[in-house]
Amino acid sequence: MTTQTLQEPAAVSTVPVTIQVENLNFFYGSFQGLKNINLDIYEKKVTAFIGPSGCGKSTLLRTLNRMYDLYPGQRAEGKIIYGGNNILEPGVDVNILRAKVGMVFQKPTPFPMSIYDNIAFGVKLYENLSKGEMDERVEWALNKAALWTEVKDKLNKSGLSLSGGQQQRLCIARGVAVKPDVLLLDEPTSALDPISTVKIEELISELKEDYTITIVTHNMQQAARCSDYTAYMYLGELVEFGETDSIFINPTKKETQDYITGRFG
Amino acid sequence: MPSEHSSKQYELDLEAIRSKVLLMGGMVEKQFHDAIACFRSPNAIEADRIIAADVEVNHMEVALDDACSHLIVKRQPAANDLRTVMATIKAITDLERIGDEATKIARAARTMHQRGMTPIAHEELVRVMADTAGQLLHDALDSFARLDEKQAAELIVKDEIIDHEFRSVMRNVITFMMEDPRTISASLDTLWVAKAIERIGDHAKNVAEYVIYVVEGKDIRHTDYAASKQLDVL
Repeated sequence: MTTQTLQEPAAVSTVPVTIQVENLNFFYGSFQGLKNINLDIYEKKVTAFIGPSGCGKSTLLRTLNRMYDLYPGQRAEGKIIYGGNNILEPGVDVNILRAKVGMVFQKPTPFPMSIYDNIAFGVKLYENLSKGEMDERVEWALNKAALWTEVKDKLNKSGLSLSGGQQQRLCIARGVAVKPDVLLLDEPTSALDPISTVKIEELISELKEDYTITIVTHNMQQAARCSDYTAYMYLGELVEFGETDSIFINPTKKETQDYITGRFG
Repeated sequence: MPSEHSSKQYELDLEAIRSKVLLMGGMVEKQFHDAIACFRSPNAIEADRIIAADVEVNHMEVALDDACSHLIVKRQPAANDLRTVMATIKAITDLERIGDEATKIARAARTMHQRGMTPIAHEELVRVMADTAGQLLHDALDSFARLDEKQAAELIVKDEIIDHEFRSVMRNVITFMMEDPRTISASLDTLWVAKAIERIGDHAKNVAEYVIYVVEGKDIRHTDYAASKQLDVL
């Protein structure tokens, strides 16, 4: 029998950082939705945000590509460093930002157009591709989203004719088609059946080969299954951040433990 | 202690498992205690009763394993709940083995009873071991019930006493056997009993290690944990 010295769990380590959040505060008018968040989103890893409703996890996700800009009265303070720049600064081109940091929402939101055009639409905004190149890109994106074999014979059918799970994968394909660095998923499976959920989760683990992924989920098991890092948030604060395995087996904060074991309150 | 689950049923299920483990612990503790008493004054009827009682402990192990599987499939426990379930599944295996060891002791007692007078002071040879192991088992169950990691850490270190005592018993019986071949049967039986007691100490130590896992989330098996605590306690 060999013995080994007890080791402390390795500190969140030397993985390259894609997005660095520093002292982030967020306001909905006078209400402060996020309080002094400091967090690193690691490259080609899946980071899950968990926490009860209203804890700020979706808000945090929406700051990462400045989705909140669309709403007046909402503002962010602090820094979100991506690609060496603070994306919260006024000069940033949010369209380019959103192409690099794509987002998929809770409910599938295909455009009321053909499956092909759903993918091509976003690409056309940023790139000028020939028909052949565009065909290739659409096939590539649908393949990435594990949807190609199911829709390759009906690319001209409406995106709305697909099932919920297929629609959600279409939205992921649309996000992937513009070749982003980061994918933000806001409860991507909450409106889907279990089989579609499994497919999306499989997809997440395949996509992280190429992309940095951030996912907001209410499903604790989903966070445990498909993320590498987990952030637990409560009342706009980041309570605990760490490797998913240690968060779910041995969290350091009692609040985190109470939440993930269903003792919250 | 942690606060309560939002789900009352979950709380009840966990509590039912916890109390069953303690019930099982009480059963094997009594089994061990009776077996040692029986070894001190061998009695075939009592030995048979102890051996037969092991069936209940075995049933308990099966029932608890089943309860844990159900809890996992229904609740997907996480964090301290997960650690509690993992520790329980492991602890009941150790408790069941303690029952088996107690049965072995009872069997030795029966053999000795059938053989009549023993030529050595067999009960005196294992007295210190038996007392220490009994105390360790009691402390292990107590620390499991109260999730007292300090008590658990202390008893892990004390297991050394039993190991040391076992080596001493071995030296003693070897001396007896060399000096007088008529003592061989009784010496061997005593040695088996000493071995069984030594194993019971190990199982109690295992249970204590699970307590530390549940409370601190640290898996200290096969580490130098006991050695690092040695100086503080002994």
